Amino acid sequence: MIRIVLPQHLRTLARVDGEVQLEIDGPVTQRSVLDALEARYPVLRGTIRDHVTEKRRPFVRFFACEQDLSHEPPDAPLPDAVAMGAEPFLVVGAIAGG
Amino acid sequence: MSGIRVLVGTRKGAFVLTSDGKRQKWDVSGPHFAGWEIYHLKGSPVDPNRLYASQTSGWFGQIIQRSDDGGKTWEAPGGEKMPEPYDPPAGVSNKFVYDTSPQTGKPLTTHQWYDGTQHPWEFKRVWHLEPSLTDPDTVYAGVEDAALFRTVDGGRTWQELSGLRGHSSGPKWQPGAGGMCLHTILLDPSDPERIFIAISAAGAFRTDDAGKTWRPINRGLHSEYIPDPDAEVGHCVHRIAMHRSRPRVLFMQKHWDVMRSDDAGESWHEISGNLPSDFGFPIDVHAHEPDTIYVVPIKSDSEHFPPDGKLRVYRSRTGGHEWAALTKGLPQSDCYVNVLRDAMAVDSLDSCGVYFGTTGGQVYASADSGDTWAPIVRDLPAVLSVEVQSLP
Repeated sequence: MIRIVLPQHLRTLARVDGEVQLEIDGPVTQRSVLDALEARYPVLRGTIRDHVTEKRRPFVRFFACEQDLSHEPPDAPLPDAVAMGAEPFLVVGAIAGG
Repeated sequence: MSGIRVLVGTRKGAFVLTSDGKRQKWDVSGPHFAGWEIYHLKGSPVDPNRLYASQTSGWFGQIIQRSDDGGKTWEAPGGEKMPEPYDPPAGVSNKFVYDTSPQTGKPLTTHQWYDGTQHPWEFKRVWHLEPSLTDPDTVYAGVEDAALFRTVDGGRTWQELSGLRGHSSGPKWQPGAGGMCLHTILLDPSDPERIFIAISAAGAFRTDDAGKTWRPINRGLHSEYIPDPDAEVGHCVHRIAMHRSRPRVLFMQKHWDVMRSDDAGESWHEISGNLPSDFGFPIDVHAHEPDTIYVVPIKSDSEHFPPDGKLRVYRSRTGGHEWAALTKGLPQSDCYVNVLRDAMAVDSLDSCGVYFGTTGGQVYASADSGDTWAPIVRDLPAVLSVEVQSLP
């Protein structure tokens, strides 16, 4: 079971409270986690990564286990603690006022 | 007519304001999509409970929302939560991808950037949604960077009408201060093949074959801020309006100058007349008087607020040239708000109502063609757009 924490605006958009929990078949990577997330919540397609290039949107970051994983390759394995469900995968919107 | 619904897009959400035909007491619903920028909402002329909204965010991109109950509930078409096991995705309502097909998209590679160099087209947001006059599932979307998209399945999927961006002048189009946006879409009620659009800062264009081919319609526009003031394209058109009964007559608020065309855009002439400033953003036409038009003069392109701190709508009952200030009920001192291009609309009740929203968060309404005004709400987030529905 993978645990994903979304920023407030995306929780509202997907109509979820708290963490999202997903089962992943195969390697647990940024790509497989986001693929599963978007399959479960299609309204999130295009909000975290670009529809066509699948690149992370500029003001979105990925954190886990107190590490910034934003610039890791999308197919690199996520930390074991994330794959085991001990730690969440955090999707974070850049902090800004207004 | 039994009621009025005012659809307000703001920097921080959407609001739906409703009243009976007297337009004195209002109910306020919202914010919908709180915290997101709502550039525009508009209802279908053939199904007033079918609404479309453009929801955008610098962080999370574009969302298209649809309501089938007049704004009480909303769904992103095709974005519904999937049961397990996962069904195939039903649609991709926020996927606006420029046409890059070899047949039509290949030449559409760059446009002019602020510094005069060429720059790739990058989708940023939907500025304006224009539902079809005949089909509630068909909607046109004007986007930044300037292009025209259309859905024929109620917003689930969108396709570019790339003949517009493929016009030979495309590489000369450039962004205005607010970005290179396609902000005006006028559907000709007398000719389903004819559409007018406007782009900041490229100018106005027209198709007579339902969007396959387009041509600039900017003859008569004069803009001192471009190298050739009378160029075919490059003019910063802020808004165009027409009256349904007379679709060949167009009224334009340009960056500077208020203009009129009597031949479907083939030529334009200035009608600024005695306005205190001919800079501004919105322009609209009275519902029953095709020669009665409204603008909101703004001091200048570097001072985006009303002249003298007085918020005044100007009305011409002669199709231009002669303008009168409408001030009753509007602040006449220390007012420094702006009224953006999509933030004015009229209703179609017997006594025509006029509405506009400000960057200060006020939405003003007049139930008597502009003679007197009163705020419906005073403290919304900055208003980006106002549309009105006259309900049966």
